[in-house]
Amino acid sequence: MTAVLAVRDLHVAIYDRSHAINVLRGASLEVGTGEVRGLVGESGAGKSMLGRAVLGLLPANAVIGSGTVQFEGRDLIAMPEPERRNLLGRRIALIPQDPMTSLNPVKRVGSQIVALLRHHLALSKGDALERATELLVEVAIREPRRVLELYPHEISGGMRQRVLIAMAFACDPSLVIADEPTTALDVTVQRQVLQLVERLRQRHGAAILFVTHNLGVVAKICRTMTVLHAGRVLEEGETADVLTRPRHPYTRALLAATPRADRPAEALCPVPPALIESLWSEARRLDRQSAMAAP
Amino acid sequence: MVELTLDHPVERPSRWIAGLKRGGARLWVGAVLVAVLVLVALLAPLIAPHDPLEQDLMSAQLPPAWVSGGDSAYLLGTDSLGRCVLSRLIYSARTAVAVALIAASLAAVIGITLGLVAGSFGGWVDQVTSRLIDVWMAFPPVLLSIVLAAVIGAGLTSVIAAIVVVDWTRFARVVRAETMVQLQRDYASAARVIGLSRGGILRLEILPNLVPLVVTLLAVEMGIAILVEVILSFVGISVAGDTPTWGGMIAEGRQIAYQAPWIMALPIGCIISSVIGFNLFGDGLRLALDPVQRR
Repeated sequence: MTAVLAVRDLHVAIYDRSHAINVLRGASLEVGTGEVRGLVGESGAGKSMLGRAVLGLLPANAVIGSGTVQFEGRDLIAMPEPERRNLLGRRIALIPQDPMTSLNPVKRVGSQIVALLRHHLALSKGDALERATELLVEVAIREPRRVLELYPHEISGGMRQRVLIAMAFACDPSLVIADEPTTALDVTVQRQVLQLVERLRQRHGAAILFVTHNLGVVAKICRTMTVLHAGRVLEEGETADVLTRPRHPYTRALLAATPRADRPAEALCPVPPALIESLWSEARRLDRQSAMAAP
Repeated sequence: MVELTLDHPVERPSRWIAGLKRGGARLWVGAVLVAVLVLVALLAPLIAPHDPLEQDLMSAQLPPAWVSGGDSAYLLGTDSLGRCVLSRLIYSARTAVAVALIAASLAAVIGITLGLVAGSFGGWVDQVTSRLIDVWMAFPPVLLSIVLAAVIGAGLTSVIAAIVVVDWTRFARVVRAETMVQLQRDYASAARVIGLSRGGILRLEILPNLVPLVVTLLAVEMGIAILVEVILSFVGISVAGDTPTWGGMIAEGRQIAYQAPWIMALPIGCIISSVIGFNLFGDGLRLALDPVQRR
């Protein structure tokens, strides 16, 4: 299987005035064509940073130390800006985390979808509007024509999320990065959103990198998964294997800490602090090593 | 798949009607005052009862028509050279409106451009622009205008130039700050992810969000431009001496304020009502233009 996205040994540091904080310490990851890969990790593990690095959305004070990000065999980091912009939104798309703030508040839903379509595909205004309507039908929004006429604040959060999902798949991308798209939603809506993402993925044939901290979500829709901690990949493999036979103690601890309907709440045990501490000291050891290796 | 419908009827019979409702009384009063001013300026030759320059020394300093001793031919009386005060007020509006519209628009264009650039590029570009604004604002604006007008010489162009050179900072400062705020919003990074260039983001995403702000500033600036023009013509360095201006009329009336107070009072009334008109109009427009109703 050819890789749509191949991240290799990626190091990213954030510079805070004088000292650097490492957020990615040699993370590697592959997403094959049409694959759905879950990227899990606790807060601060660097999972969002990884997604942002692929999209070129790193904060201004972040520096990519080393490593490559290849999309369909082309290096995204070395690529000139206009070329990368041509890929973004068309070949690589994002489903953002917060549906409430990710649409421009003063532009109608329709004009935002049409602008995206016309930016990347040479469509006439009428054709783009037609296509926008189809997209909204695809994400199961009733009365799409009317919704297109509305401003974001006039539709519900769930509907906004669907609009954003529709926009992500609008240009038939080969990779969609979903940055915790279910985190801001309540559980009943989460399920629908997952179904929707899965349906659009099948129809448009995109690969998905699903960034989340929710193992339940990963179990539901991801075929493969990667466990990230302190900017390093601890474990990866088929979701079924990783979840049933976790090899790394951290993954095992995460699973034990996940609430499940078929287990009493008392059975939950938090990730042991000693384990976390040993993982961080390992990370710090790596930092020192690379600091010494650097001139 | 659960279909999402609009859960509440979104009533927006017409964006114009809704906008006018939001604008309220302020919008109406302001619009009427501004409209009257602009109409008077445009139709000056048609509505002025006399030539504003025509002197009639036999009927100098006549009081308004309704005061005893007034002449019904001179509705608002005459000045010390026997010129019709009403006609002079009407013709003065031409200078005021021309200066207000042209100077404020030019200042806005320059200020908005620099503000957007400074706000989006940051770094040294922002530093240079911000320091320039600081230095500019440390200088008394009216004094700067007087110096400029004196150096360039009298005339409509130099009045406009003096106002533009001084007042672009007003726009630049506010637009810069607001651009920075808007660029932090999620929709701005969403725009980057769909592959828009920096210019595209500023033009298509940020600028529409600045419209309510800019409109308010523009209207306030028009009021200020009228005031500056009055000050310049009061000191006698505005347009050519034979063109009637409100500032010039105040200067002339000042010498005979006790014998013929209306000569000074009437232009002051005109100035106050036009400045209030512009301010109310701007306020009302801001409310009317903002679809999100951030109140």
